[in-house]
Amino acid sequence: MSDFTNPVEPFLRTDRMPHIWCPGCGIGTTVNCFARALIESKIDLESLALVSGIGCTGRVAGYVKLDSFHTTHGRAIPFATGLKLANPKLNVVVYSGDGDLSAIGGNHLIHAARRNIDLKVICVNNLIYAMTGGQTAPTTPSHAITSTSPYGTCEPAFNLPHLVEAAGAVYVARWTTFHVRQLARSIAEAFNKKGFSFIEVISPCPTLYQRRNKLGDGLDTMKYYKEKSKVKHGAPTSEVGLTMTGEIIVGKFVDRDRPDYQTMVRAQLTESLGDRFVEQAEMVCS
Amino acid sequence: MKADPRGVLTGVHFLDGDHACCEGALAAGARFASGYPITPSTEIVERFAARVPTVGGTFIQMEDELAASITLQGAVWGGAKAFTVTSGPGFSLMMEHIGYAAMTETPCVFVDVQRGGPSTGLPTLPAQADMMQARWGSHGDYEIIALCPNSPQECFDLTIKAFNLAEEYRVPVMFMMDEVVGHMTEKVVIPPADQIEVVPRRHTRKPLGEYLPYQTNGDMVPEIAHAGEGYKFHITGLTHDERGYPNMTPPVQDKLVRRLQNKIRNAADRIALYEEENLQDAEVVVVSYGITSRVAQRAIEMARAKKLPVGKLRLITAWPFPETKIRELSAYVKAFVVPELNLGQMVHEVERAAAGKARTFAVPHAGGSVHHPEDILKVIVEACR
Amino acid sequence: MVERCKACGFCVEFCPTKVLALSSAFNSKGYHPPHVVNPEKCSGCDLCGMYCPDFAIYGYKLETGQAHVATAASAVHRAQRGPGNQSTGVEDEG
Repeated sequence: MSDFTNPVEPFLRTDRMPHIWCPGCGIGTTVNCFARALIESKIDLESLALVSGIGCTGRVAGYVKLDSFHTTHGRAIPFATGLKLANPKLNVVVYSGDGDLSAIGGNHLIHAARRNIDLKVICVNNLIYAMTGGQTAPTTPSHAITSTSPYGTCEPAFNLPHLVEAAGAVYVARWTTFHVRQLARSIAEAFNKKGFSFIEVISPCPTLYQRRNKLGDGLDTMKYYKEKSKVKHGAPTSEVGLTMTGEIIVGKFVDRDRPDYQTMVRAQLTESLGDRFVEQAEMVCS
Repeated sequence: MKADPRGVLTGVHFLDGDHACCEGALAAGARFASGYPITPSTEIVERFAARVPTVGGTFIQMEDELAASITLQGAVWGGAKAFTVTSGPGFSLMMEHIGYAAMTETPCVFVDVQRGGPSTGLPTLPAQADMMQARWGSHGDYEIIALCPNSPQECFDLTIKAFNLAEEYRVPVMFMMDEVVGHMTEKVVIPPADQIEVVPRRHTRKPLGEYLPYQTNGDMVPEIAHAGEGYKFHITGLTHDERGYPNMTPPVQDKLVRRLQNKIRNAADRIALYEEENLQDAEVVVVSYGITSRVAQRAIEMARAKKLPVGKLRLITAWPFPETKIRELSAYVKAFVVPELNLGQMVHEVERAAAGKARTFAVPHAGGSVHHPEDILKVIVEACR
Repeated sequence: MVERCKACGFCVEFCPTKVLALSSAFNSKGYHPPHVVNPEKCSGCDLCGMYCPDFAIYGYKLETGQAHVATAASAVHRAQRGPGNQSTGVEDEG
């Protein structure tokens, strides 16, 4: 054995490997990018907490060697909000799927963006509810076949970058699992932003989404991402909606500054209360 | 450990139950609340929002009760003592996270100022119809603790108790107020901080590498670590082993869920709080709680004026149900009379614990007002026959 | 690490210098893990490692014992070689 180890290894609960994700699923690839971003940004791992909801991506919390919380379906963002507010020194990452964050958790997503809570949200979008067997998600492209839309989805899909930009996110980017270096760079960049950052990662679900729609396996999907992705930094998010086989606009769409929630709270209370305002002390109540 | 004086508003006050509950939370060391407005509970967080920035802490109004009930748990794992406040419709939405708190053993307090239901029901009027929901509302097998104050003073005192029990047993504690107790204004005495006992968190001091989040070492309640301390622990709502790792097998499920139940059940007699009067010579015992206990008090006095052999048992802990006490009484009393602002909830527990040795009479009321003492008296008279 | 492999083929497809191919050998789960077919072409860029969803492969650049960093030697590293995979992995070259 040489002294070299897989750079992702120190970030994993290796005693839980192999993981449950299917062959050709892209979630593990995003975890690699996350690990590289942590290395690059030199984040203190002890101050880093990761919060997931429920679903395939929700399992990320169980595989990373960090203070990690696998919460309830859709509620990763409000849990992370409490964690961050109680201990502002923590860097809090929300790592979850499209269904978890934008359907059952959709209300929390827009309100956290509106408040500009200092959270880094990594949304792995596989266009479907995968853990439960491939049902229609709010992100499922029109006409796609799912187990609950056996004749094709007729609902329009959410364009997540557009949604979170409108709600107030300060950093919005989208990549696919093909764009590993760009994704790692985006995650590292988000760590340097204060406020609500949202990174969408389009990722294959060969077992359920691609198979039912005859789109091939994970590798075929990765090749599709390679062929059909167009990098357009600063693209208007209203124009980055996804279709089943069309172009995928990727890049950094939004990078702006506005005060985060805790900064605003402190400013308001200082102005209103003056000397009576008491800064929150460390809350550890032992 | 004594209370942090910064949160204690020592003195004699004229407060309603909602405001007194808020002061109790501050005295207990709660520095975080997440809430969503709902009548008749909102005054608790309104006061907290005004008070906590002068004490050092955080209130956040969330987008709904689903969020409020999990945000506070994030805060607990960040190191805070935290609570949320609601009423029936919001309590229904919070059920999932009562289960999450029970499963992950997150010490926290849920305040439910009960109003009439079902659904939107009677937003401004009292009921005690969430008692079974408090016990059984989330899915799966689990145990919680529930306290029932009957005065603004108790809203203060027992809120502290609620936080203390939450920390001692690492369990969500339900604070079951009702609209009348929440809105009645009475004298509330807040003692000096050094007279208020506060139970510290079971915070681990184990070296890194030796800590397992759900290792219990003979004690049924594990030690807790907070995020950011270097332990790199994992918490999940899935069935988990001592490491906190998901392990969805029947033996691990059995071990975990039995412990979650038994840490409360085995301590039920220690947790049980009740107030009793004239039980020695009683043939009939009126069992009541919350605001109804004050109406029942009047009915009992009227009955005793008629020389009826009536005693009083007021439940302060509704859950775990003090069944040992009921069992002891049922050995020598003839009957229990159970008035409550619902169509029959805790009366079934009384009946179960009495196990046929004493008769059980319900005094149901659908809510919207309190009982007339005469209605309780009528049933007492019947039970004494 | 070879046991983690689920043979998705990402590493083989996206290796910029075509160092890898799926082997005919099986791991214990019945997948064909990749093996090194063109070791001399590996630049140690670690794209295979970044793509691998199963944390089962990675690339690295070797250093010499000298004070400066040598870039000549490079390898694709596989930590564990099962029977039947003896031809794969070039870690000993370091």
